[in-house]
Amino acid sequence: MYDLGKIIPGLIVFVGLVSFPIWYNGGDAGAIPKPEKPVLAKECVADIQYMRTTHMQLLMAWRDDIVREGGARTWATARGTEYNRSLQSGCMKCHTSKKKFCDTCHEYAAVTPYCWDCHIAPQETK
Amino acid sequence: MTMAVPKADKLGVSVTREPSLMTGAVPSKSWMDTPVEFKPGNFCYPAKKSIVEYHKFPNPRDWEPVADDWKLPANWKDIILQGIKERLDKFRSFKIFMDCCVRCGACADKCHFFLGTGDPKNMPVMRAELLRSIYRNNFTTAGKILGKLAGGREMTFGVLKEWFMYFYQCTECRRCSVFCPYGIDTAEITMMGRELLHLVGVNINWILEPAANSNRTGNHMGLQPHTIKDNIGYLCDDIEEITGVKITPTFNRKGAEILFITPSADIFAEPGIYTAMGYLLLFEHLGLDYTWSTYASEGGNFGLFTNNEMMKKLNGKMYAEAKRLGVKWILGGECGHMWRVIHQYMDTMNGPADFLEQPTSPITGTRFENAASTKMVHISEFTADLIKHKKLKLDPSRNNHRIVTFHDSCNPARAMGLIEEPREVIKAAANNFFEMPANTIREQTFCCGSGTGLNTDEIMELRMRAGLPRANAVQYVHDKHKVNTLACVCAIDRATLTSLMNYWVPGVEVCGVSELVGNALVMDGEKERETGLRFEPLAGEGE
Amino acid sequence: MRVLYPFLAVIAFILIALVGVRIPGGQSLIGIVLPYLAILAFTGGFVFKVLGWARSPVPFRIPTTCGQGVSLPWIKQNKLDCPSTFWGVAGRMLLEVLLFRSLFRNTKASIHKGPQLAYGSSKWLWLVGLTFHYSFLVIVIRHMRLFTNPMPAFLHALEFGDGILQVGAPQLYITDLLLVGALLFLFVRRLVMPQVRYISLANDYFPLFLILGIGITGILMRYFIRVDVVGIKQLAVGLVTFSPKIVGDIGSLFFIHLFLVCLLLIYFPFSKLMHLGGVFLSPTRNMANNSRMKRHINPWNDPNITPHSYAAYEDEFREFMVEAGIPVDKELAKPAESAAAGPAAEAAPAEG
Repeated sequence: MYDLGKIIPGLIVFVGLVSFPIWYNGGDAGAIPKPEKPVLAKECVADIQYMRTTHMQLLMAWRDDIVREGGARTWATARGTEYNRSLQSGCMKCHTSKKKFCDTCHEYAAVTPYCWDCHIAPQETK
Repeated sequence: MTMAVPKADKLGVSVTREPSLMTGAVPSKSWMDTPVEFKPGNFCYPAKKSIVEYHKFPNPRDWEPVADDWKLPANWKDIILQGIKERLDKFRSFKIFMDCCVRCGACADKCHFFLGTGDPKNMPVMRAELLRSIYRNNFTTAGKILGKLAGGREMTFGVLKEWFMYFYQCTECRRCSVFCPYGIDTAEITMMGRELLHLVGVNINWILEPAANSNRTGNHMGLQPHTIKDNIGYLCDDIEEITGVKITPTFNRKGAEILFITPSADIFAEPGIYTAMGYLLLFEHLGLDYTWSTYASEGGNFGLFTNNEMMKKLNGKMYAEAKRLGVKWILGGECGHMWRVIHQYMDTMNGPADFLEQPTSPITGTRFENAASTKMVHISEFTADLIKHKKLKLDPSRNNHRIVTFHDSCNPARAMGLIEEPREVIKAAANNFFEMPANTIREQTFCCGSGTGLNTDEIMELRMRAGLPRANAVQYVHDKHKVNTLACVCAIDRATLTSLMNYWVPGVEVCGVSELVGNALVMDGEKERETGLRFEPLAGEGE
Repeated sequence: MRVLYPFLAVIAFILIALVGVRIPGGQSLIGIVLPYLAILAFTGGFVFKVLGWARSPVPFRIPTTCGQGVSLPWIKQNKLDCPSTFWGVAGRMLLEVLLFRSLFRNTKASIHKGPQLAYGSSKWLWLVGLTFHYSFLVIVIRHMRLFTNPMPAFLHALEFGDGILQVGAPQLYITDLLLVGALLFLFVRRLVMPQVRYISLANDYFPLFLILGIGITGILMRYFIRVDVVGIKQLAVGLVTFSPKIVGDIGSLFFIHLFLVCLLLIYFPFSKLMHLGGVFLSPTRNMANNSRMKRHINPWNDPNITPHSYAAYEDEFREFMVEAGIPVDKELAKPAESAAAGPAAEAAPAEG
């Protein structure tokens, strides 16, 4: 006949699933990541917007170039500032805390990069 | 007038060579731009004016499908559209099946009409699109806005002609529905299509005349009460001649325990009559307290092929007669579409059968739990139970001249799930049994090609094409195992498969399962059998 | 035309989005207003459609039985393909919905000299169909990382599994490849197979192109033309906490992606994509084959439809019945009534 006893609960489940993020968050957008900026450095290896969106690909490019193609370690920015193309002894020289820099956004965006499977994160100063 | 039908070898070549969608040729024009053309041999004759009047159906008149004017009512389009709306409101199946098809094409090559004709509009999906396109155009938001771009089209005379052509090239066999990921059942679509056509007086005689007969005389054949008694009497005479046992069945007897109803074809023509002889022998063997009815003398129900109202009206006689006679329950003979009606419609339409008792075999004491509400049992269920309890004296060697295969009829297989029972019966009654290939039996069985009232001679070539997949599977076991007997549990099959075998696989006879039982039954006081129920020599006799 | 128009339509939508983000207020329109409208249209449209189906009754119990039904106790019932109980039906439906049981049966017929018909196994459609749907599902669920803060734990497992190949950074998702691959297969199949090509409509190609467009823009954003994920998440979480704002420069590619997703959501309830809901309601699948055991009720069953009565039958044939010795309810009182032949006196054509 009509089976409303099954259809209505079914629709409720459907609406529940569709609205999952609404009731899961419960109106709370949570904290917005505020990565700690280096105090001393004047510029990064590339412009901020590029670094924000594409740093992971830049790191991969460094790795491939240095490890596989024997590329140079030392590089320079457009303005001529020299830097080390290295995660541990490059990036982390300025961005000294993985926790306060890397993790803030990674946790927010829920990504788990596998950099630290091999690389050793700098000692966190408590 | 019967159309000239090409010889089997010629048709056999043309189905494989003629350019068609089955042989890989793609039509250059879209289906919407391909009008149908009626010519003798590709349509069933319209219902006679007097028959349409008898049913009080709309628009009785004399008309010709080949003519340009079908003498439709002036507002026929409105009638059709209104008819669609009413049916959308009454049948959820119709709505769902109109909305959900994704045209994945899984059904395309599952239809026997498509396999045999290669006509694109015989793909089940396409058959549904003939109606779905009208639905989209008139009943969906997307179709109303985008029209043809959303797959919609206007209801035109051309569309109506398509419907008449293709809803009468579907036997409602449900094979496509087995493969459809959403269970879309073309039988439902065809039923809706035919109901709609009736609204404007477009119908075929081969369905409406038997339906009229059934209403008035109780059976499709138009057999009057005394004729029924006479016919069964002749069968009893033959039985006496063959077995030496005299049987005197009763008719319309009040107080009998069981009312027996079978398709009237079983007491009218070969080879159905041999099945009826099987029933008579079986009941005599058991000493069953049963009666035939001349009023409810039809198991089949051509209302199923007409509309739900007609189905209900014709079916109503079964319970009415059971009630009048005061029987405990009803036993039904071998028939396909009859059992679709009994299994899926009867109780809903004409129940509750609270004046009957839950069927119990008086011989074995088995209670038929699966018929607890409808209170009607299939002869194969009844017989299989008897065999299991060793209540039948059977000599299967009497069927040694038969190398048997079994054709699952569409409705018992796909609308009932009656699959093993007849096999159990055959295996007990005959020694040589071979199955056809797996893709052609059980729920994947192929239709005889002439069901739903299409077993009329004027479309013989179409029927032979549509029956090709079935015939081909029989051919396979005929070649491999020398199968010479095609058993089935359907009266339409017994008639149509006989024509089909004569055409494609000469040398294969068609029989009802109960004929094999009757042949094998060792009756009390019988004489030594020299022939089978067809007066055919038994194996080792007269060779 | 049936292929080209939907393709052009999707291209046009991409261009609209591309222009849209550049006009003032365009980003808010595509990024904030449209998603709200889309999700409302989707949810509302979906519910409305299903309720529309629910408004029509299922008058008859019409399961397609795909195996042995319930019968004598010693005959083994096929409980999943021919269920007779609620749990059997639940099992059948789960197989249908989760594993596409019916499509798994698919065969391919071919005709050969003889004539001889052959039915070969044909499971590609099943395999690719299943791949497409599951990939899409995983992708949708994965996107929840952008809508939830903090992300629920189960998503980590999904992320990990989908990126298990550890190719590149950001890590390659397996489902991205599978989705696009499956869509291309389904598209090529429609073009190449004569039968499917013939039945395909513009409304079959359009969702393929649309989802392909969504997939490709998504992939471009992740692997090639990077966008600001933190900005995107701020917008996404903002949307579902009703405090949406667009922060910084997210990138136009994102807006194209979002625009197409919104279109898909809006299009969904009006299209064949509603098979998502319909599959649950299909009477040939979701009903138990128990119609002889349990009476099914048809709400519009018309009690006024009754058979031609026995009394009328006997009145017409009483004389013959008495003569033939068939019992009658009313004896012949007076000289025989005439057994006038009705309009249907003529017998039906003989069988065969």
